[in-house]
Amino acid sequence: MTTAISARSLRKVYPGTPPVEALAGADLDIQDNEFFTLLGPSGCGKTTLLRMIAGFEHPTSGSLDMFGASLLDLPPYKRPINTVFQSYALFPHLTVSQNIAFGLEMLGKPKTEIKETVAQMVDLVQMSELADRQTGQISGGQQQRVALARALAPKPRVLLLDEPLSALDFKLRKEMQLELKRLQTETGITFIFVTHDQEEALTMSDRIAVMNAGSIRQIGAPRDIYDHPAERFVADFIGDTNFLSAQITSSNADRARVDLSSGESTSARLPEGGARDGQVTLAIRPEHAKLVMPDDGLLRGTLENIVYFGTDTHIHLRLTDGTPFTLRQQNNSETELQFAKGDTAGIRFAPDVAQVLKD
Amino acid sequence: MARQGFNIRKQTGFSQIAIACFVMLYMPIILLVVYSFNAGTSIAIWEGFSWRWYVSAWANDQVQEATVRSLIIAVWASAIATTVAVLAALATTRTPKFKGQTAVFAMINQPLMVPEIVTAVALLIFFAMIKVATGYTGLLYLIVAHSAFCIPFAYLPIRARLQGMDLSLEQAAADLYASPFKVFTRITLPQLWPGIAAGAMLAFVISLDDVVITEFVKSAGQDTLPTYMLGQLRRVMTPEINAISTVLLAISVTMVIAFTVLTKVRN
Ligand SMILES: Nc1ncnc2c1ncn2[C@@H]1O[C@H](COP(=O)(O)OP(=O)(O)O)[C@@H](O)[C@H]1O
Ligand SMILES: [Mg+2]
Repeated sequence: MTTAISARSLRKVYPGTPPVEALAGADLDIQDNEFFTLLGPSGCGKTTLLRMIAGFEHPTSGSLDMFGASLLDLPPYKRPINTVFQSYALFPHLTVSQNIAFGLEMLGKPKTEIKETVAQMVDLVQMSELADRQTGQISGGQQQRVALARALAPKPRVLLLDEPLSALDFKLRKEMQLELKRLQTETGITFIFVTHDQEEALTMSDRIAVMNAGSIRQIGAPRDIYDHPAERFVADFIGDTNFLSAQITSSNADRARVDLSSGESTSARLPEGGARDGQVTLAIRPEHAKLVMPDDGLLRGTLENIVYFGTDTHIHLRLTDGTPFTLRQQNNSETELQFAKGDTAGIRFAPDVAQVLKD
Repeated sequence: MARQGFNIRKQTGFSQIAIACFVMLYMPIILLVVYSFNAGTSIAIWEGFSWRWYVSAWANDQVQEATVRSLIIAVWASAIATTVAVLAALATTRTPKFKGQTAVFAMINQPLMVPEIVTAVALLIFFAMIKVATGYTGLLYLIVAHSAFCIPFAYLPIRARLQGMDLSLEQAAADLYASPFKVFTRITLPQLWPGIAAGAMLAFVISLDDVVITEFVKSAGQDTLPTYMLGQLRRVMTPEINAISTVLLAISVTMVIAFTVLTKVRN
């Protein structure tokens, strides 16, 4: 595996009063051909990181390499990296095909090759009929596809996408998610995709970097991040989570025995570089727990609310120590809820589904 | 009921004052235009319709010469002023903020704030020194002077256009391998041209219309249309002056309309 983009202690402070530290020293390795997603709430520094890779911002300190060579001395127009801008930034005085041809022209490609590539690209994003339209005369979804074709046409080594789907309506967004994933697989170009939508990140990415307040909190495959969030912020930002306090009684490389507040004990996974003893917080996904008879449970609680969601039902409990706990049960013909509001029930989960958090 | 905000149009006498102002502004101009078609020689007594003063102005050698001179100066001055204004506008909108930017901005707009008569006297003295030193007495002095005071008029619409432009377009072009020069010629310029055209027209009209600075700077026999007209005041006034004024007015109005349309052009 080759590393496409590599950042070390990459930091960006915007001057001003007071200065804004948009990125506080990021370490990052993005593999070639990877669909890599930067996920985090608005203002966490995603765009800043992307703009530094594209060359529009210069880092305050740190290093940034592409295929082993430093990017820092290259102006944007000398980086084999293209961007799909959040606002699309299509050239309003050019037609759809002229927009797509722009990068190729600037690279000085021969006319015949440009024509061929543009035709391919127009086809690829299904815009053949609108190729000669001005960009002001096409819909948002179509503009988005033109922006994508324009950025892909020069066959960059790395494609940056800054929340490219956020302006589209729900249905179109779902379509484009699949479309983007398909394009990435077909072209083999490294995609660095920015979103604040956790579901989008989970469905599209090979790996995700979860960011918060200017720093990268966790990097991993979607499944890893979802099942084994390293800290409270990640667990909370991605999906719903129950937090329980527990006491580690013993631990080995990546597992620990923990005592729950109920006095029962179970096995939980340890995060890398986290505490290995003492009082910790556990994260348990609602769908990983199930209701059992009170005496069979690792935990016990009172049912406070039962909300029906069609495919599944959310059951809100209050544990004996006062902690809220939510549990999700799929609705199918075989399962039937044996408890009613106000009942006391037990909660069970398999060994190792509980994740010890760093904080 | 919500309290009505202050509405100046509802104040007593507002409409009357407004109408009086418009009459004061436009009535003389309308009369001037009307009397340019007077068949008689008076600029105040109507004697029937005729084109004679247009014909006579057209045939007047002095008017012809002054017109050509005015046009030469206006074309050169607006071209030079617009070029300088584009560069100045790029430097004040497309570079990182620099120390003294406000001062530079003020200096570019200086001719708008310094009384014209002061500039005129200053130029007179300055050019007199150069004339003594070089012996050159050509039209260049007027062209340079006009270029200078036209710059802010060309600069303002161009700068406004540059500021209104979406910066991400230029970044997108750079992202697509366009060097800074290509970004300018392929992206910035095509979108800037309405601003440039507007600035050039404004500069052209301002130059064409100038009296004060021209009167001070010109050498003997270098009358422009406005200074020629001023000179005529000292002699017998005929509706020929009205005819010339009407043509100048027509040119200015056309330019101003074109300017308004151009500054409204989006994308
Ligand atoms: N040009 C800038 N000047 C000053 N502060 C900025 C600038 N761009 C972004 N910021 C600040 O940096 C932080 C990160 O912004 P950004 O990278 O745009 O976040 P995101 O894309 O994750 O929403 C925010 O607090 C934002 O206000
Ligand atoms: Mg952003």
